[in-house]
Amino acid sequence: MYSKDGEDYYIVDSHIALWDGREQNCRNIHGKQFIDCFYDYHKNLSPEDAVWPYDEYTYYGGERLMKDLFTDGYVDHAIFQPAALSAFYKSGFGQTEESWALTQKHPDKLTYNHNFDPRFEQAGLDQLRRDAKRFGLKGVKLYTAEWHGDSRGYKLTDPWTYKYLEACQELGITNIHVHKGPTIRPLDRDSFDVADIDAVATDFTDLDFIVEHVGLPRLEDFCWIATQEPNVHGGLAVAMPFIHTRPRYFAQIIGELLYWIGEDRIMFSSDYAIWTPKWLVEKFVDFQIPADLDEYAPLTTDVKRKILGLNAARLYDLPVPPELAIKIPAEPAAEVAVGASA
Amino acid sequence: MIAQDLSGAVVAALGTVRDPELDESIVDLGFVTATTVADGRAEVRLRLPTYFCAPNFAYLMVADAYDAAMGVEGVDHVAVVLEEHFASDEINAGVAAGAGFVGSFPGEAVAELHDLRRNFQRKAHTACLERACRRLIKDGWTIEGLSLANLSDLPESPERDSLLRRRADIGLPVAEDSPVFVDDGGEPVPADQVPLRLKFARTVRVSMDGNAHFCRGLLTTRYPHAAADQRPRHPEQEASA
Repeated sequence: MYSKDGEDYYIVDSHIALWDGREQNCRNIHGKQFIDCFYDYHKNLSPEDAVWPYDEYTYYGGERLMKDLFTDGYVDHAIFQPAALSAFYKSGFGQTEESWALTQKHPDKLTYNHNFDPRFEQAGLDQLRRDAKRFGLKGVKLYTAEWHGDSRGYKLTDPWTYKYLEACQELGITNIHVHKGPTIRPLDRDSFDVADIDAVATDFTDLDFIVEHVGLPRLEDFCWIATQEPNVHGGLAVAMPFIHTRPRYFAQIIGELLYWIGEDRIMFSSDYAIWTPKWLVEKFVDFQIPADLDEYAPLTTDVKRKILGLNAARLYDLPVPPELAIKIPAEPAAEVAVGASA
Repeated sequence: MIAQDLSGAVVAALGTVRDPELDESIVDLGFVTATTVADGRAEVRLRLPTYFCAPNFAYLMVADAYDAAMGVEGVDHVAVVLEEHFASDEINAGVAAGAGFVGSFPGEAVAELHDLRRNFQRKAHTACLERACRRLIKDGWTIEGLSLANLSDLPESPERDSLLRRRADIGLPVAEDSPVFVDDGGEPVPADQVPLRLKFARTVRVSMDGNAHFCRGLLTTRYPHAAADQRPRHPEQEASA
Protein backbone atom coordinates (compact mmCIF):
# COMPACT_ATOMS: atom_id res chain seq x y z
CA MET A 1 0.00 0.00 0.00
CA TYR A 2 1.23 3.43 -0.89
CA SER A 3 -0.22 6.53 0.69
CA LYS A 4 0.33 10.11 -0.37
CA ASP A 5 -1.59 13.30 0.36
CA GLY A 6 -4.35 11.39 2.12
CA GLU A 7 -4.91 9.00 -0.81
CA ASP A 8 -4.25 5.25 -0.61
CA TYR A 9 -3.12 3.13 -3.52
CA TYR A 10 -3.28 -0.66 -3.69
CA ILE A 11 -0.24 -1.72 -5.69
CA VAL A 12 0.04 -4.78 -7.93
CA ASP A 13 3.34 -5.29 -9.69
CA SER A 14 2.14 -7.38 -12.61
CA HIS A 15 5.53 -8.35 -14.02
CA ILE A 16 8.43 -9.48 -11.84
CA ALA A 17 11.18 -12.08 -12.12
CA LEU A 18 13.61 -14.01 -10.00
CA TRP A 19 16.34 -14.77 -12.50
CA ASP A 20 19.80 -16.27 -12.55
CA GLY A 21 21.99 -14.62 -15.17
CA ARG A 22 25.29 -15.55 -13.53
CA GLU A 23 28.09 -16.80 -15.71
CA GLN A 24 27.89 -20.30 -14.21
CA ASN A 25 24.29 -20.57 -15.45
CA CYS A 26 25.03 -19.35 -18.98
CA ARG A 27 24.91 -22.06 -21.61
CA ASN A 28 26.67 -19.89 -24.20
CA ILE A 29 27.59 -16.35 -25.24
CA HIS A 30 23.92 -15.53 -25.84
CA GLY A 31 23.13 -15.99 -22.14
CA LYS A 32 25.87 -13.55 -21.17
CA GLN A 33 24.74 -11.07 -23.84
CA PHE A 34 21.12 -11.36 -22.71
CA ILE A 35 21.78 -10.41 -19.09
CA ASP A 36 24.17 -7.68 -20.27
CA CYS A 37 21.41 -6.29 -22.45
CA PHE A 38 19.04 -6.29 -19.45
CA TYR A 39 21.71 -4.52 -17.41
CA ASP A 40 21.99 -1.83 -20.09
CA TYR A 41 18.22 -1.31 -19.94
CA HIS A 42 18.54 -1.01 -16.17
CA LYS A 43 21.44 1.44 -16.27
CA ASN A 44 20.04 3.50 -19.11
CA LEU A 45 16.63 4.24 -17.57
CA SER A 46 17.13 4.07 -13.77
CA PRO A 47 17.85 7.08 -11.55
CA GLU A 48 21.51 7.04 -10.60
CA ASP A 49 20.86 6.07 -6.98
CA ALA A 50 18.76 3.08 -8.08
CA VAL A 51 21.48 1.45 -10.21
CA TRP A 52 22.75 -1.89 -8.90
CA PRO A 53 26.26 -3.29 -9.16
CA TYR A 54 26.46 -5.79 -12.03
CA ASP A 55 27.12 -8.84 -9.88
CA GLU A 56 24.10 -8.20 -7.69
CA TYR A 57 22.03 -7.71 -10.80
CA THR A 58 22.87 -11.07 -12.34
CA TYR A 59 21.46 -12.84 -9.27
CA TYR A 60 19.71 -11.35 -6.23
CA GLY A 61 17.72 -14.14 -4.61
CA GLY A 62 14.37 -14.27 -2.85
CA GLU A 63 15.24 -12.28 0.25
CA ARG A 64 16.28 -9.23 -1.69
CA LEU A 65 13.23 -9.58 -3.93
CA MET A 66 10.92 -9.52 -0.91
CA LYS A 67 12.66 -6.43 0.45
CA ASP A 68 12.74 -4.50 -2.84
CA LEU A 69 9.09 -5.18 -3.59
CA PHE A 70 7.26 -5.38 -0.28
CA THR A 71 9.41 -3.67 2.35
CA ASP A 72 10.77 -0.79 0.28
CA GLY A 73 8.63 -0.82 -2.87
CA TYR A 74 5.04 -0.40 -1.54
CA VAL A 75 3.86 -3.46 -3.50
CA ASP A 76 0.85 -5.38 -2.11
CA HIS A 77 0.94 -8.23 -4.60
CA ALA A 78 3.34 -9.22 -7.37
CA ILE A 79 3.08 -11.67 -10.25
CA PHE A 80 5.98 -13.73 -11.56
CA GLN A 81 6.28 -13.70 -15.35
CA PRO A 82 9.22 -16.04 -15.92
CA ALA A 83 11.08 -16.31 -19.22
CA ALA A 84 12.48 -19.80 -19.79
CA LEU A 85 15.28 -19.00 -22.27
CA SER A 86 16.44 -22.61 -22.10
CA ALA A 87 18.62 -22.14 -25.18
CA PHE A 88 20.69 -19.55 -23.27
CA TYR A 89 20.69 -20.75 -19.62
CA LYS A 90 21.32 -24.13 -18.05
CA SER A 91 18.58 -23.93 -15.43
CA GLY A 92 16.58 -21.41 -17.44
CA PHE A 93 16.54 -17.66 -16.84
CA GLY A 94 13.50 -17.35 -14.55
CA GLN A 95 14.09 -19.67 -11.60
CA THR A 96 10.99 -21.84 -11.38
CA GLU A 97 11.70 -23.75 -8.16
CA GLU A 98 12.97 -20.75 -6.25
CA SER A 99 10.06 -18.57 -7.37
CA TRP A 100 7.53 -21.27 -6.54
CA ALA A 101 9.03 -21.87 -3.09
CA LEU A 102 8.82 -18.15 -2.39
CA THR A 103 5.23 -18.03 -3.64
CA GLN A 104 4.25 -20.90 -1.32
CA LYS A 105 5.87 -19.08 1.56
CA HIS A 106 4.02 -15.81 0.78
CA PRO A 107 0.83 -16.81 -1.03
CA ASP A 108 -0.88 -13.56 -0.03
CA LYS A 109 1.87 -11.52 -1.67
CA LEU A 110 2.95 -13.53 -4.71
CA THR A 111 1.35 -15.26 -7.67
CA TYR A 112 3.40 -17.61 -9.81
CA ASN A 113 2.71 -17.65 -13.54
CA HIS A 114 4.57 -20.22 -15.57
CA ASN A 115 5.37 -20.37 -19.28
CA PHE A 116 4.83 -22.73 -22.17
CA ASP A 117 6.31 -23.13 -25.62
CA PRO A 118 4.02 -24.61 -28.29
CA ARG A 119 7.02 -25.96 -30.20
CA PHE A 120 7.22 -28.75 -27.61
CA GLU A 121 3.94 -29.90 -29.17
CA GLN A 122 2.21 -32.80 -27.35
CA ALA A 123 4.89 -33.26 -24.68
CA GLY A 124 4.65 -29.56 -23.78
CA LEU A 125 0.88 -29.75 -23.69
CA ASP A 126 1.02 -32.63 -21.23
CA GLN A 127 3.52 -30.63 -19.18
CA LEU A 128 1.21 -27.60 -19.18
CA ARG A 129 -1.55 -29.73 -17.64
CA ARG A 130 0.82 -30.90 -14.91
CA ASP A 131 2.10 -27.36 -14.33
CA ALA A 132 -1.45 -25.97 -14.11
CA LYS A 133 -2.21 -28.45 -11.36
CA ARG A 134 1.06 -28.04 -9.48
CA PHE A 135 1.15 -24.23 -9.50
CA GLY A 136 -2.61 -23.56 -9.57
CA LEU A 137 -1.97 -21.39 -12.62
CA LYS A 138 -4.13 -18.34 -13.31
CA GLY A 139 -1.77 -17.05 -15.96
CA VAL A 140 1.11 -17.81 -18.29
CA LYS A 141 3.91 -15.76 -19.77
CA LEU A 142 4.71 -16.33 -23.42
CA TYR A 143 7.87 -15.06 -25.04
CA THR A 144 7.39 -15.44 -28.78
CA ALA A 145 11.02 -14.65 -29.65
CA GLU A 146 12.38 -17.58 -27.64
CA TRP A 147 14.93 -19.72 -29.48
CA HIS A 148 14.16 -23.41 -29.73
CA GLY A 149 16.46 -25.70 -31.70
CA ASP A 150 16.77 -24.10 -35.13
CA SER A 151 13.65 -22.00 -34.64
CA ARG A 152 13.92 -18.32 -33.75
CA GLY A 153 10.39 -17.88 -32.48
CA TYR A 154 6.72 -18.64 -33.02
CA LYS A 155 3.36 -17.00 -33.49
CA LEU A 156 0.19 -17.18 -31.43
CA THR A 157 -1.62 -18.21 -34.58
CA ASP A 158 0.48 -21.37 -35.07
CA PRO A 159 -1.75 -24.48 -34.92
CA TRP A 160 -0.01 -25.83 -31.83
CA THR A 161 -0.43 -22.53 -29.99
CA TYR A 162 -4.18 -22.87 -30.53
CA LYS A 163 -4.13 -26.28 -28.84
CA TYR A 164 -2.31 -24.79 -25.86
CA LEU A 165 -4.76 -21.89 -25.63
CA GLU A 166 -7.67 -24.33 -25.78
CA ALA A 167 -6.06 -26.15 -22.85
CA CYS A 168 -5.76 -22.81 -21.00
CA GLN A 169 -9.50 -22.29 -21.44
CA GLU A 170 -10.17 -25.73 -20.04
CA LEU A 171 -7.71 -25.33 -17.13
CA GLY A 172 -8.88 -21.87 -16.09
CA ILE A 173 -5.62 -20.18 -17.09
CA THR A 174 -7.25 -16.95 -18.19
CA ASN A 175 -4.39 -14.45 -18.20
CA ILE A 176 -2.13 -14.83 -21.22
CA HIS A 177 0.82 -12.44 -20.96
CA VAL A 178 2.52 -12.00 -24.30
CA HIS A 179 5.98 -10.59 -24.67
CA LYS A 180 7.17 -9.89 -28.20
CA GLY A 181 10.90 -9.96 -28.86
CA PRO A 182 13.39 -9.32 -31.62
CA THR A 183 13.26 -12.69 -33.39
CA ILE A 184 10.52 -14.80 -34.90
CA ARG A 185 10.33 -17.48 -37.53
CA PRO A 186 10.44 -16.76 -40.40
CA LEU A 187 13.01 -14.05 -39.80
CA ASP A 188 11.79 -11.87 -42.66
CA ARG A 189 8.62 -10.90 -40.74
CA ASP A 190 8.37 -8.08 -38.24
CA SER A 191 8.79 -10.02 -35.00
CA PHE A 192 7.20 -7.22 -32.95
CA ASP A 193 4.02 -7.32 -35.01
CA VAL A 194 1.01 -7.82 -32.72
CA ALA A 195 -1.42 -8.95 -35.43
CA ASP A 196 -1.39 -12.53 -34.11
CA ILE A 197 -2.65 -11.24 -30.74
CA ASP A 198 -5.58 -9.66 -32.57
CA ALA A 199 -6.44 -13.03 -34.09
CA VAL A 200 -6.32 -15.07 -30.88
CA ALA A 201 -8.14 -12.38 -28.88
CA THR A 202 -11.03 -12.73 -31.33
CA ASP A 203 -10.96 -16.52 -31.22
CA PHE A 204 -10.57 -16.83 -27.42
CA THR A 205 -12.91 -14.19 -26.01
CA ASP A 206 -12.91 -15.80 -22.55
CA LEU A 207 -9.14 -15.36 -22.20
CA ASP A 208 -7.46 -12.05 -21.42
CA PHE A 209 -4.33 -11.15 -23.37
CA ILE A 210 -1.94 -8.82 -21.61
CA VAL A 211 0.53 -7.37 -24.07
CA GLU A 212 3.74 -6.63 -22.22
CA HIS A 213 5.52 -3.34 -22.89
CA VAL A 214 2.16 -2.07 -24.25
CA GLY A 215 3.34 -3.36 -27.59
CA LEU A 216 6.51 -1.22 -27.65
CA PRO A 217 8.22 -0.80 -30.05
CA ARG A 218 4.86 -1.05 -31.86
CA LEU A 219 2.69 1.07 -29.59
CA GLU A 220 0.50 2.17 -32.48
CA ASP A 221 -0.28 -1.36 -33.63
CA PHE A 222 -1.06 -2.39 -30.05
CA CYS A 223 -3.42 0.57 -29.54
CA TRP A 224 -5.18 -0.16 -32.78
CA ILE A 225 -5.96 -3.81 -31.95
CA ALA A 226 -6.70 -3.11 -28.29
CA THR A 227 -9.43 -0.61 -29.20
CA GLN A 228 -11.22 -3.39 -31.04
CA GLU A 229 -10.63 -6.31 -28.66
CA PRO A 230 -11.98 -5.79 -25.12
CA ASN A 231 -9.92 -8.73 -23.84
CA VAL A 232 -6.59 -7.15 -24.84
CA HIS A 233 -4.76 -5.29 -22.07
CA GLY A 234 -1.49 -3.38 -21.84
CA GLY A 235 1.29 -4.05 -19.33
CA LEU A 236 3.47 -1.01 -18.65
CA ALA A 237 6.80 -2.86 -18.23
CA VAL A 238 9.58 -0.92 -20.02
CA ALA A 239 7.26 2.07 -20.58
CA MET A 240 7.24 2.98 -16.85
CA PRO A 241 10.87 4.04 -16.36
CA PHE A 242 10.60 6.73 -19.04
CA ILE A 243 8.79 8.63 -16.28
CA HIS A 244 12.27 9.47 -15.01
CA THR A 245 14.43 9.87 -18.12
CA ARG A 246 11.81 11.16 -20.57
CA PRO A 247 8.78 12.38 -18.62
CA ARG A 248 7.25 14.13 -21.61
CA TYR A 249 7.51 11.00 -23.67
CA PHE A 250 6.00 9.00 -20.80
CA ALA A 251 3.11 11.48 -20.73
CA GLN A 252 2.54 10.88 -24.42
CA ILE A 253 2.51 7.09 -24.02
CA ILE A 254 0.03 7.25 -21.14
CA GLY A 255 -2.01 9.83 -23.01
CA GLU A 256 -2.17 7.64 -26.10
CA LEU A 257 -3.11 4.54 -24.09
CA LEU A 258 -5.86 6.33 -22.19
CA TYR A 259 -7.21 7.73 -25.43
CA TRP A 260 -7.27 4.43 -27.33
CA ILE A 261 -7.98 1.76 -24.72
CA GLY A 262 -9.21 3.67 -21.66
CA GLU A 263 -8.30 3.47 -17.99
CA ASP A 264 -9.48 -0.08 -17.22
CA ARG A 265 -6.99 -2.12 -19.23
CA ILE A 266 -3.60 -0.65 -18.37
CA MET A 267 -1.44 -2.34 -15.73
CA PHE A 268 1.53 -1.14 -13.75
CA SER A 269 4.67 -3.23 -13.60
CA SER A 270 8.28 -2.61 -12.71
CA ASP A 271 9.68 -5.51 -14.74
CA TYR A 272 11.65 -6.22 -11.57
CA ALA A 273 14.60 -6.55 -11.36
CA ILE A 274 15.20 -4.56 -14.53
CA TRP A 275 13.77 -1.71 -12.47
CA THR A 276 12.62 -1.48 -8.84
CA PRO A 277 9.06 -0.45 -7.94
CA LYS A 278 9.85 2.09 -5.20
CA TRP A 279 10.82 5.01 -7.38
CA LEU A 280 8.37 4.08 -10.13
CA VAL A 281 5.38 4.12 -7.74
CA GLU A 282 6.49 7.37 -6.09
CA LYS A 283 7.01 9.12 -9.41
CA PHE A 284 3.80 7.80 -10.95
CA VAL A 285 1.63 8.99 -8.07
CA ASP A 286 3.25 12.44 -8.36
CA PHE A 287 3.04 12.47 -12.15
CA GLN A 288 0.87 14.78 -14.19
CA ILE A 289 0.62 15.25 -17.95
CA PRO A 290 2.34 18.58 -18.76
CA ALA A 291 -0.17 21.37 -19.36
CA ASP A 292 1.11 22.14 -22.85
CA LEU A 293 0.34 18.58 -24.01
CA ASP A 294 -3.30 19.64 -23.98
CA GLU A 295 -4.36 16.99 -26.47
CA TYR A 296 -4.33 14.55 -23.54
CA ALA A 297 -6.72 14.45 -20.60
CA PRO A 298 -5.22 14.97 -17.11
CA LEU A 299 -4.33 11.91 -15.05
CA THR A 300 -6.75 11.66 -12.11
CA THR A 301 -6.15 9.93 -8.78
CA ASP A 302 -8.75 7.28 -9.66
CA VAL A 303 -7.05 6.54 -12.97
CA LYS A 304 -3.72 6.16 -11.17
CA ARG A 305 -5.33 3.79 -8.67
CA LYS A 306 -6.68 1.59 -11.44
CA ILE A 307 -3.37 1.47 -13.28
CA LEU A 308 -1.31 0.87 -10.15
CA GLY A 309 -3.33 -2.08 -8.92
CA LEU A 310 -7.08 -2.30 -9.31
CA ASN A 311 -7.03 -3.39 -12.96
CA ALA A 312 -4.65 -6.28 -12.28
CA ALA A 313 -6.56 -7.14 -9.09
CA ARG A 314 -9.66 -7.67 -11.23
CA LEU A 315 -7.88 -10.01 -13.65
CA TYR A 316 -6.25 -12.02 -10.84
CA ASP A 317 -9.17 -11.84 -8.40
CA LEU A 318 -6.97 -10.39 -5.65
CA PRO A 319 -8.45 -9.33 -2.29
CA VAL A 320 -8.37 -5.54 -2.32
CA PRO A 321 -9.07 -3.65 0.94
CA PRO A 322 -12.83 -2.90 1.03
CA GLU A 323 -12.44 0.88 1.11
CA LEU A 324 -10.62 0.69 -2.24
CA ALA A 325 -12.44 -2.26 -3.74
CA ILE A 326 -15.48 -0.19 -4.67
CA LYS A 327 -13.33 1.48 -7.26
CA ILE A 328 -12.50 -1.73 -9.11
CA PRO A 329 -13.77 -1.25 -12.63
CA ALA A 330 -16.37 -3.54 -14.19
CA GLU A 331 -15.42 -5.69 -17.18
CA PRO A 332 -14.59 -3.32 -20.02
CA ALA A 333 -16.72 -3.43 -23.15
CA ALA A 334 -15.53 -3.19 -26.76
CA GLU A 335 -15.27 0.25 -28.24
CA VAL A 336 -13.54 1.46 -31.34
CA ALA A 337 -11.64 4.18 -29.48
CA VAL A 338 -12.43 4.98 -25.91
CA GLY A 339 -11.31 8.56 -26.28
CA ALA A 340 -13.10 9.04 -29.58
CA SER A 341 -16.44 8.02 -28.08
CA ALA A 342 -16.17 10.26 -25.02
CA MET B 1 40.39 11.77 -55.13
CA ILE B 2 42.76 11.48 -52.21
CA ALA B 3 42.02 8.86 -49.60
CA GLN B 4 40.71 11.28 -46.99
CA ASP B 5 38.25 12.88 -49.40
CA LEU B 6 37.14 9.43 -50.46
CA SER B 7 36.56 8.44 -46.88
CA GLY B 8 34.50 11.62 -46.38
CA ALA B 9 32.49 10.78 -49.47
CA VAL B 10 31.74 7.32 -48.07
CA VAL B 11 30.61 8.80 -44.75
CA ALA B 12 28.37 11.22 -46.65
CA ALA B 13 26.91 8.30 -48.58
CA LEU B 14 26.33 6.39 -45.34
CA GLY B 15 24.46 9.43 -44.05
CA THR B 16 21.68 8.58 -46.50
CA VAL B 17 21.22 5.10 -44.97
CA ARG B 18 18.40 5.05 -42.47
CA ASP B 19 17.45 2.79 -39.63
CA PRO B 20 14.11 1.63 -41.05
CA GLU B 21 12.40 1.41 -37.65
CA LEU B 22 13.59 4.80 -36.40
CA ASP B 23 13.59 6.66 -39.73
CA GLU B 24 16.91 8.30 -38.88
CA SER B 25 20.34 8.24 -40.49
CA ILE B 26 22.67 5.56 -39.15
CA VAL B 27 25.43 8.19 -39.01
CA ASP B 28 23.31 10.54 -36.87
CA LEU B 29 22.36 7.63 -34.62
CA GLY B 30 26.03 6.86 -33.96
CA PHE B 31 25.81 3.39 -35.52
CA VAL B 32 28.83 3.95 -37.81
CA THR B 33 32.05 3.54 -35.86
CA ALA B 34 34.77 3.62 -38.49
CA THR B 35 35.16 4.18 -42.18
CA THR B 36 38.45 3.65 -43.96
CA VAL B 37 39.30 3.66 -47.63
CA ALA B 38 42.58 2.41 -49.08
CA ASP B 39 43.30 1.57 -52.72
CA GLY B 40 39.62 1.81 -53.57
CA ARG B 41 38.70 -0.64 -50.82
CA ALA B 42 36.26 0.74 -48.26
CA GLU B 43 35.72 -0.79 -44.85
CA VAL B 44 32.75 0.30 -42.78
CA ARG B 45 32.10 -0.80 -39.21
CA LEU B 46 28.65 -0.69 -37.66
CA ARG B 47 27.40 -1.19 -34.10
CA LEU B 48 23.85 -1.40 -32.76
CA PRO B 49 22.23 -0.59 -29.40
CA THR B 50 21.87 -4.26 -28.39
CA TYR B 51 23.27 -7.66 -29.24
CA PHE B 52 19.70 -8.78 -29.91
CA CYS B 53 18.47 -6.01 -32.22
CA ALA B 54 16.11 -7.55 -34.77
CA PRO B 55 18.25 -9.34 -37.40
CA ASN B 56 16.08 -8.35 -40.35
CA PHE B 57 16.46 -4.61 -39.66
CA ALA B 58 20.16 -5.12 -38.93
CA TYR B 59 20.52 -6.85 -42.28
CA LEU B 60 18.80 -3.97 -44.11
CA MET B 61 21.20 -1.45 -42.58
CA VAL B 62 24.28 -3.51 -43.43
CA ALA B 63 23.09 -4.14 -46.99
CA ASP B 64 22.11 -0.49 -47.50
CA ALA B 65 25.48 0.64 -46.10
CA TYR B 66 27.19 -1.70 -48.56
CA ASP B 67 25.20 -0.30 -51.50
CA ALA B 68 25.75 3.31 -50.41
CA ALA B 69 29.53 2.89 -50.08
CA MET B 70 29.72 0.96 -53.35
CA GLY B 71 27.96 3.85 -55.09
CA VAL B 72 30.81 6.25 -54.30
CA GLU B 73 33.00 6.95 -57.31
CA GLY B 74 36.48 5.60 -56.73
CA VAL B 75 35.34 2.79 -54.44
CA ASP B 76 35.46 -0.62 -56.09
CA HIS B 77 35.37 -2.95 -53.11
CA VAL B 78 33.36 -2.66 -49.90
CA ALA B 79 33.41 -4.63 -46.65
CA VAL B 80 30.76 -3.84 -44.04
CA VAL B 81 31.36 -5.33 -40.62
CA LEU B 82 28.49 -5.45 -38.13
CA GLU B 83 30.05 -5.82 -34.69
CA GLU B 84 28.85 -7.63 -31.59
CA HIS B 85 25.48 -8.85 -32.81
CA PHE B 86 24.17 -12.39 -32.46
CA ALA B 87 23.81 -12.68 -36.24
CA SER B 88 26.98 -10.74 -37.19
CA ASP B 89 28.55 -13.73 -38.94
CA GLU B 90 25.53 -14.55 -41.08
CA ILE B 91 24.80 -10.93 -41.98
CA ASN B 92 28.38 -9.90 -42.75
CA ALA B 93 29.03 -12.96 -44.89
CA GLY B 94 25.64 -12.79 -46.59
CA VAL B 95 25.96 -9.13 -47.57
CA ALA B 96 29.55 -9.63 -48.75
CA ALA B 97 28.47 -12.52 -50.95
CA GLY B 98 25.40 -10.70 -52.25
CA ALA B 99 23.37 -13.63 -50.97
CA GLY B 100 20.24 -11.66 -50.10
CA PHE B 101 18.41 -12.12 -46.82
CA VAL B 102 17.09 -15.60 -47.61
CA GLY B 103 20.57 -16.71 -48.66
CA SER B 104 22.09 -15.26 -45.50
CA PHE B 105 19.68 -17.18 -43.27
CA PRO B 106 19.07 -20.45 -45.10
CA GLY B 107 16.05 -22.23 -43.65
CA GLU B 108 15.17 -19.34 -41.36
CA ALA B 109 13.74 -16.85 -43.83
CA VAL B 110 11.34 -17.46 -46.70
CA ALA B 111 11.28 -14.04 -48.34
CA GLU B 112 13.39 -10.96 -48.95
CA LEU B 113 12.74 -7.85 -46.90
CA HIS B 114 10.97 -5.62 -49.46
CA ASP B 115 7.58 -5.85 -47.73
CA LEU B 116 9.10 -5.20 -44.31
CA ARG B 117 10.93 -2.15 -45.63
CA ARG B 118 7.84 -0.84 -47.37
CA ASN B 119 5.78 -1.25 -44.21
CA PHE B 120 8.22 0.92 -42.28
CA GLN B 121 8.48 3.49 -45.05
CA ARG B 122 4.70 3.85 -44.73
CA LYS B 123 4.98 4.32 -40.98
CA ALA B 124 7.70 6.93 -41.52
CA HIS B 125 5.43 8.73 -43.96
CA THR B 126 2.56 8.65 -41.44
CA ALA B 127 4.76 10.16 -38.71
CA CYS B 128 5.99 12.90 -41.07
CA LEU B 129 2.44 13.59 -42.21
CA GLU B 130 1.42 14.15 -38.59
CA ARG B 131 4.29 16.58 -38.02
CA ALA B 132 3.38 18.45 -41.20
CA CYS B 133 -0.27 18.67 -40.12
CA ARG B 134 0.71 20.00 -36.72
CA ARG B 135 2.67 22.65 -38.52
CA LEU B 136 -0.39 23.60 -40.57
CA ILE B 137 -2.59 23.66 -37.45
CA LYS B 138 -0.09 25.99 -35.82
CA ASP B 139 -0.44 28.21 -38.91
CA GLY B 140 -4.21 28.41 -38.38
CA TRP B 141 -5.64 25.42 -40.24
CA THR B 142 -8.49 23.51 -38.61
CA ILE B 143 -8.26 19.72 -38.33
CA GLU B 144 -11.33 19.24 -40.53
CA GLY B 145 -9.91 21.71 -43.04
CA LEU B 146 -6.73 19.67 -43.51
CA SER B 147 -8.44 17.57 -46.19
CA LEU B 148 -8.28 20.67 -48.42
CA ALA B 149 -4.57 21.41 -47.88
CA ASN B 150 -2.18 20.94 -50.78
CA LEU B 151 1.58 20.57 -50.58
CA SER B 152 1.84 24.19 -51.77
CA ASP B 153 0.21 25.22 -48.47
CA LEU B 154 3.15 23.80 -46.50
CA PRO B 155 5.73 26.53 -45.90
CA GLU B 156 9.44 25.84 -46.40
CA SER B 157 10.33 23.93 -43.24
CA PRO B 158 11.98 20.73 -42.01
CA GLU B 159 8.48 19.23 -41.78
CA ARG B 160 7.86 19.90 -45.45
CA ASP B 161 11.24 18.49 -46.54
CA SER B 162 10.76 15.35 -44.47
CA LEU B 163 7.27 14.77 -45.78
CA LEU B 164 8.30 15.20 -49.41
CA ARG B 165 11.15 12.74 -49.00
CA ARG B 166 8.93 10.10 -47.37
CA ARG B 167 6.31 10.57 -50.07
CA ALA B 168 8.94 10.02 -52.74
CA ASP B 169 10.12 6.88 -50.92
CA ILE B 170 6.73 5.20 -51.28
CA GLY B 171 5.84 6.62 -54.66
CA LEU B 172 3.28 9.20 -53.59
CA PRO B 173 2.91 12.38 -55.69
CA VAL B 174 5.08 15.32 -54.69
CA ALA B 175 3.61 17.92 -57.06
CA GLU B 176 2.64 21.20 -55.37
CA ASP B 177 -1.05 20.74 -56.15
CA SER B 178 -1.22 17.26 -54.55
CA PRO B 179 -3.27 16.95 -51.37
CA VAL B 180 -1.27 16.70 -48.12
CA PHE B 181 -3.55 14.28 -46.30
CA VAL B 182 -3.45 11.05 -48.29
CA ASP B 183 -3.52 7.41 -47.21
CA ASP B 184 -0.75 4.90 -47.88
CA GLY B 185 -2.07 4.36 -51.40
CA GLY B 186 -2.11 8.09 -52.20
CA GLU B 187 -5.92 8.46 -51.94
CA PRO B 188 -7.06 11.76 -50.39
CA VAL B 189 -8.67 11.26 -46.98
CA PRO B 190 -12.22 12.71 -46.74
CA ALA B 191 -12.74 15.50 -44.19
CA ASP B 192 -14.86 13.37 -41.84
CA GLN B 193 -12.10 10.76 -41.54
CA VAL B 194 -9.25 13.21 -40.97
CA PRO B 195 -9.63 13.62 -37.16
CA LEU B 196 -9.37 9.89 -36.37
CA ARG B 197 -6.61 9.35 -38.95
CA LEU B 198 -4.66 12.23 -37.48
CA LYS B 199 -5.02 10.75 -33.98
CA PHE B 200 -3.67 7.45 -35.21
CA ALA B 201 -0.83 9.20 -37.06
CA ARG B 202 0.04 10.88 -33.77
CA THR B 203 0.32 7.48 -32.11
CA VAL B 204 2.67 6.31 -34.87
CA ARG B 205 4.81 9.39 -34.37
CA VAL B 206 4.90 8.99 -30.57
CA SER B 207 5.90 5.34 -30.99
CA MET B 208 8.72 6.11 -33.44
CA ASP B 209 9.99 9.00 -31.34
CA GLY B 210 10.05 6.80 -28.27
CA ASN B 211 11.91 4.02 -30.02
CA ALA B 212 14.49 6.51 -31.23
CA HIS B 213 15.04 7.82 -27.70
CA PHE B 214 15.34 4.31 -26.33
CA CYS B 215 17.77 3.10 -29.00
CA ARG B 216 19.92 6.22 -28.76
CA GLY B 217 20.08 5.87 -24.99
CA LEU B 218 20.88 2.17 -25.09
CA LEU B 219 23.68 2.72 -27.59
CA THR B 220 25.40 5.16 -25.25
CA THR B 221 24.91 2.80 -22.31
CA ARG B 222 26.42 -0.08 -24.28
CA TYR B 223 29.19 2.07 -25.79
CA PRO B 224 29.81 5.04 -23.47
CA HIS B 225 31.83 6.92 -26.09
CA ALA B 226 29.03 6.72 -28.63
CA ALA B 227 27.37 9.87 -27.28
CA ALA B 228 30.07 11.92 -28.98
CA ASP B 229 29.26 10.26 -32.32
CA GLN B 230 25.53 10.91 -32.16
CA ARG B 231 24.06 13.98 -33.77
CA PRO B 232 20.97 15.53 -32.21
CA ARG B 233 17.63 14.58 -33.65
CA HIS B 234 16.22 16.88 -36.30
CA PRO B 235 14.41 19.92 -34.93
CA GLU B 236 11.01 18.84 -36.25
CA GLN B 237 11.41 15.54 -34.44
CA GLU B 238 12.76 17.02 -31.22
CA ALA B 239 9.95 19.56 -31.05
CA SER B 240 7.45 16.81 -30.35
CA ALA B 241 9.47 14.85 -27.81
